[in-house]
Amino acid sequence: MRYLLVEDNQELSEAVVNRLALDGHAVDHAANLAEAEDYLATAQYDLILLDVMLPDGDGREFLARSRTRLETPVIVLTAQSQVSDRVGALDRGADDYITKPFDFSELEARCRAVLRRRGGSARNEIVLGDAIFDPLAGTLSHDGACTELRNREIRLLEVFARSPGQILSKSQLMDRLFSYDTQVTENAIEVYVGRLRRRIDGMGVRIETVRGVGYRMEAGAP
Amino acid sequence: MTLPAATGTGSIERRLTLLLAGVAALLSVLSWSMVSGLAREAAERTQDNVLAASATTIAETLRSEQGEVRLELPYSAFSMLGAISEDRVFYKITAGTDLLTGYADLPVPEDVTPVGQIVFDTGEYSGEPIRMASVSRLVLAGAQPVPVTVTVAQTRLGVGTIASDLSRLAAMLSVAFFVVAVALSAFAARTSLRPLNEIAASVSRRGPSDLRPLQRDAPTELAPLLTSLNRLMGRLGQSIRRSEDFIAEAAHRIRTPLATVRTQAEIALRSVEDEDEKRRLRRIIRAVDESSRSAGQLLDHAAVTYRTDDLARDAVNLSELVQQAANAQEPTAAMKDIRIIVDTVPAQVEGDPVLLDNALRNILDNAIKYSPAETDVAMRIREDAGSFRVSISDQGPGLGDGPVEALTERFRRGSNTQGIVGSGLGLTIAEDVLLAHGGRLELETREGGTGTCVTLVLPSS
Repeated sequence: MRYLLVEDNQELSEAVVNRLALDGHAVDHAANLAEAEDYLATAQYDLILLDVMLPDGDGREFLARSRTRLETPVIVLTAQSQVSDRVGALDRGADDYITKPFDFSELEARCRAVLRRRGGSARNEIVLGDAIFDPLAGTLSHDGACTELRNREIRLLEVFARSPGQILSKSQLMDRLFSYDTQVTENAIEVYVGRLRRRIDGMGVRIETVRGVGYRMEAGAP
Repeated sequence: MTLPAATGTGSIERRLTLLLAGVAALLSVLSWSMVSGLAREAAERTQDNVLAASATTIAETLRSEQGEVRLELPYSAFSMLGAISEDRVFYKITAGTDLLTGYADLPVPEDVTPVGQIVFDTGEYSGEPIRMASVSRLVLAGAQPVPVTVTVAQTRLGVGTIASDLSRLAAMLSVAFFVVAVALSAFAARTSLRPLNEIAASVSRRGPSDLRPLQRDAPTELAPLLTSLNRLMGRLGQSIRRSEDFIAEAAHRIRTPLATVRTQAEIALRSVEDEDEKRRLRRIIRAVDESSRSAGQLLDHAAVTYRTDDLARDAVNLSELVQQAANAQEPTAAMKDIRIIVDTVPAQVEGDPVLLDNALRNILDNAIKYSPAETDVAMRIREDAGSFRVSISDQGPGLGDGPVEALTERFRRGSNTQGIVGSGLGLTIAEDVLLAHGGRLELETREGGTGTCVTLVLPSS
């Protein structure tokens, strides 16, 4: 997936770019509306993340201006108050909005929801052993059968699938999967890994436990 | 906010009508008394003239014969008196102190010294008011000229009748004039006040947030009022915009640096290996979330407070609003594999959609936040005796042991919310919104102690 991030806060931008890259997305970063125009003129994007207060104008006005020629879904990033702001953002054609400071897992969840609503693309599919995993639709196809996964299973499988052969610690997985305002323990990771193992059983991939360190996804029978 | 009704100091229209009617009444009475006065005077003058003519005619016949005063009473002298009315006629002719002819007891004007001049007087004779005309002439009787006085008198009944007839006519005309004048006054008062009423009506027809200047033609006298009204609305609009801008700006100023702190902590979290340090960084992130949520809710609360002060009364499709809120929170619910089940009936209410949406979101947000993973949150609308009940129920831990009513107090959180980020303002905001709409918020822990059910009760439109 190719994202365009329009945000003037350098640190936040870097963090968003890095975080989305972990999920295998290519993210271009524009620091203002003029740059955003340039990017939009040269490339095709699957999703735009648009800040509201930019140095050269209001993101919502930019959205209203470009909505007619722009079919790409837009998520507005706002730090303003909901009670007056929200309606404005949605009225001007944003698909969703998220309030700063946001949780990255919530941002990912909202991106996915918007992309799914707009109809995902096939280029997002990942080959896992003998199976094909579509993280957007949340389906795992194997031998002509298609299984629907639960959301957390999808996220966990996606994290493993994006870093094959790499050891991921429980705490890394926790930070990728859960938002910080939910109370979860590392035991929860064990539960979800256990479930996922049953899901991918016999599909030519397995999740190994690396004792004392974490987990690793490997090709081949368990 | 309910404003005290303007204390009335009476209607201008009524005052104007009364004033104009008063003037008309005064003019009517004045014209009536003038006309009837003139009529009486004219009738009296006519009688005087005839009496004078009659007396003079008799005086013309005075002559001296053999030292004695002689006279005749010509018929014409009395017939002319009969021409005016049926009044009785009296006469008395004296030479010096001797009665020549006539009614001896007829009172005569005291002093008729100016000889040859006619003197008029009024008096009473045989119980009736009379008018007299006297004329004196000197007649030679023997050697001495004797002053002879001819007095002709007539009762005044005829004059009174004519005068009162004319006066009655004048009174009728005055009353008619008065009635027409009152009707015209009422019409004039209403017509001249119509622009004022039209301005008032066009202001009160507007919604609370419509602060555009009034564009309309007004009479010169009302132009300053209209200008002041427009200036006031301009200032009001500006101050509302300013507080809206302030709230938006304040949120931005607080949240942007928090976003930076949070981002830095997340970046650090990825690069450190040590578990203790990771824990510390997670704590920082949680604290940032906590303060950003509190700041957001405080500012939302301020925005809600001033919006409820002057509540919009739009037609709101409640079922659509519920569906929208469910859609908006679906991604956050999905993160915990929570299903949001929506079950609605067509529901129309009246109010501010932004506020109602905010209240719904606050409740739904709570439900998702406190629900364990892989459970259901249900949003239901039911109609019940003139109101709609939107219930949002979860399978979470319930409301804790504290008193349920206290949970809507500001910054009050349940006794079992440790470890979950919250501001303690969500329920307060929701309750404020519902109270402003004439509704209420009902909180209960579901039977068996599992799950909370929050119900938003709103009167149906």
